[in-house]
Amino acid sequence: MSLSQLAAEGSGAGAALGPFWLTVALPLAGFAINGLLALYRPQAKGIVSVVGPGVVLAAFGVAVMAFLRLQAPGAEPFGEVTLWHWMLAGDLHLDLAFRLDRLSAVLLLVVTGVGGLIHLFSIGYMKADPGYARYFAYLNLFVAFMLVLVLGASMPVLFIGWEGVGLCSYLLIGFWFDVEANANAGMKAFLMNRIGDFGFLVAMFITWHAFGTLDFLQIAEQAPGRLEAGGGVVTAITLFMFLGCVGKSAQIPLYTWLPDAMAGPTPVSALIHAATMVTAGVYLVARASVLFAMAPLTSTVVAGVGALTALFAATIGLRQNDIKKVLAYSTVSQLGYMFLAVGSGAYVAGIFHLVTHAFFKALLFLGSGSVIHAMHHAYHATHRHEDAQDMRNMGGLRRWMPWTSTLMWIATLAIAGIPLFAGFFSKDEILAAAFSRGADVRWFYLFYGFAAVAALLTAIYMARLMAMTFHGQNRTGEAEQGHLHEAPWIMTGPLMVLGVLSAVGGAINLPAFLGRHGWLEGWLEPVLEGARQFVKVEHPHGSTEWILIGAAVAIGVVGLFLGFSRTMASTIVPAREAVESTGVARLLEKRYFVDEIYDAVFVRPIQWFSRVVLWKVVDQALVDGIAVRGSARLLEGFGWLGSRLQTGQVGLYLLLFVAGAVWVLGFMLGV
Amino acid sequence: METPALLGPSLALSGILFSIGVLGVLLRRNAIILFMCIELMLNAVNLAFIAFARLHGSDGQVIVFFVMTVAAAEAAVGLAIMLALFRHNQSLDLQDINLLHG
Repeated sequence: MSLSQLAAEGSGAGAALGPFWLTVALPLAGFAINGLLALYRPQAKGIVSVVGPGVVLAAFGVAVMAFLRLQAPGAEPFGEVTLWHWMLAGDLHLDLAFRLDRLSAVLLLVVTGVGGLIHLFSIGYMKADPGYARYFAYLNLFVAFMLVLVLGASMPVLFIGWEGVGLCSYLLIGFWFDVEANANAGMKAFLMNRIGDFGFLVAMFITWHAFGTLDFLQIAEQAPGRLEAGGGVVTAITLFMFLGCVGKSAQIPLYTWLPDAMAGPTPVSALIHAATMVTAGVYLVARASVLFAMAPLTSTVVAGVGALTALFAATIGLRQNDIKKVLAYSTVSQLGYMFLAVGSGAYVAGIFHLVTHAFFKALLFLGSGSVIHAMHHAYHATHRHEDAQDMRNMGGLRRWMPWTSTLMWIATLAIAGIPLFAGFFSKDEILAAAFSRGADVRWFYLFYGFAAVAALLTAIYMARLMAMTFHGQNRTGEAEQGHLHEAPWIMTGPLMVLGVLSAVGGAINLPAFLGRHGWLEGWLEPVLEGARQFVKVEHPHGSTEWILIGAAVAIGVVGLFLGFSRTMASTIVPAREAVESTGVARLLEKRYFVDEIYDAVFVRPIQWFSRVVLWKVVDQALVDGIAVRGSARLLEGFGWLGSRLQTGQVGLYLLLFVAGAVWVLGFMLGV
Repeated sequence: METPALLGPSLALSGILFSIGVLGVLLRRNAIILFMCIELMLNAVNLAFIAFARLHGSDGQVIVFFVMTVAAAEAAVGLAIMLALFRHNQSLDLQDINLLHG
């Protein structure tokens, strides 16, 4: 059956939105082509440079067309394409179906749009890498799986994408696998995600048990009738689902893989570990918003974990010296904000922040990539082995990289929540939602407090990052300064687009006080109205609203000022001359020793248990010793006994023969 | 049916001959003697069949012919084996025939 026939099998609504399944098929084709080139023609960088970004940009084009049709007046609320029947077993009828509704359309645009820009940036960034074709093959595969995740009409289809992006994340974290630490970082990410995936699977099983269907639309329709709001079943489903989100979106306690994931190429960090994959958890909560809205306990847990993560990760970000590590903890922290939003019932705010964060965080990561690119080249030119990612080796780079510096400042203003930049609107909405939920559940006031402090810390660490990287004296080295340069246009071009989006991206959901109803709010209304019956976030009005906004702005401005001035005032020495810090600074620099604690509490006991009990006792003693060799020994023993009878003495044989005959005779005569 | 005369003595003789055969098989070491003892047992059984044939009809006599046929065949094969054994071992003592032990 050809693809077009397959597509024609879909419902009429799918046809009306155009062949949006192409958004998955195109990157998949790109993966096939680039994968084959990587195997057979790794030097064919020209074709790869066209195919790799080309398929994603084409997918973006398809996404835009589908979006335009979806927003046309009188359009169907969603489009559906059934590619084939996947599983038919008993009551289980599962189709491999994609569904494009208003929520997935937003994600579709972000993934293909930001993804396309990052693909373009990668042309410049990865130019000299021998694994160029392999890199683009993985990146294309990632986009395909991410779109399966976004478009999946049922939980198992979403799960295909969910696991697929995890696989690509693993492959790309360990892209430079010849360094053992990189390969280990990939494995760490994969294993920690497994813990979360277990939760997702259990959630799926309970959902199937409770609903008899795994289709998101049917679940959303049937949930209010079938389940009791606040009851045990819906709480269990959502809690397990949230465990999956915690793993995928790097929240406490499963966040430690994300900072390590920075071992991958920087555009990968931008695409997978900042803009798209790690936000899948937020998307899942929004997708299952009815269930989460029906489980107030879970929602409080989600918001609490989010708020705590936002604060916790922000404190660590204060004292990191690796530019990518700062951004990684910043991502963990911002993801915490998103969970605080969806936990508060402000699903629109969560998605809004997801979108704006994709803009400014991708910009920050790509900007840092451009910085690392320049630093790496400088050290490479002078044959010095210094850390190209350590901010203590940077300083004053604004002189050589004016574009990167300016664009990253835009992103910094956006993430710090300076008015009119994208992050201001989304973060403000989250803070307002958390605050107003405090009227119902007191805990949310605490969460609001956490988030507000985290906002202050965000501004501080971002200002510190900018000051250490682009301002003050240059610490790279005398000889290296001559080799520092601005990135080529193929890298700065995407940065400029993201810069514009970071600056004006907030326009998609302007708050009420600016006199316009938020577009995103209205756009997502039909998708989220099921959840509205259970949780309604009252926007604060009048003076409360203005006080909250004023506080948020003040926090951002003060944070930026504090971070910048204090960093400029301190003396920073290059990494090789640095001394160990002490006290709280050391605690933060070492990330609260969480990795070491996990190592001592989980990894080492498991390794000990595996080595001493599972290996020595279970495998060597029980399985090998008793089961395998023991049974052989037993039979050997019987054989030995039997062989003792076979003396070779015919007389003995005859005696036994006669005795046997007598015995049989006696038996037959019944003696 | 009347019990024929000589049935009791015939069976007694058959039993005595069979026991001698068994004891010979168990106690003697020479393969030829052993072989002869087996023949003795077969013939003891033949005698019992003949004796019972007087009581139950001629079936027993038929079986005796079968036994004799088998015994003849056995004697032919058995003597050939012994000949081969003697050529190999220069002895027919059973204690020397112990090549096939475990």
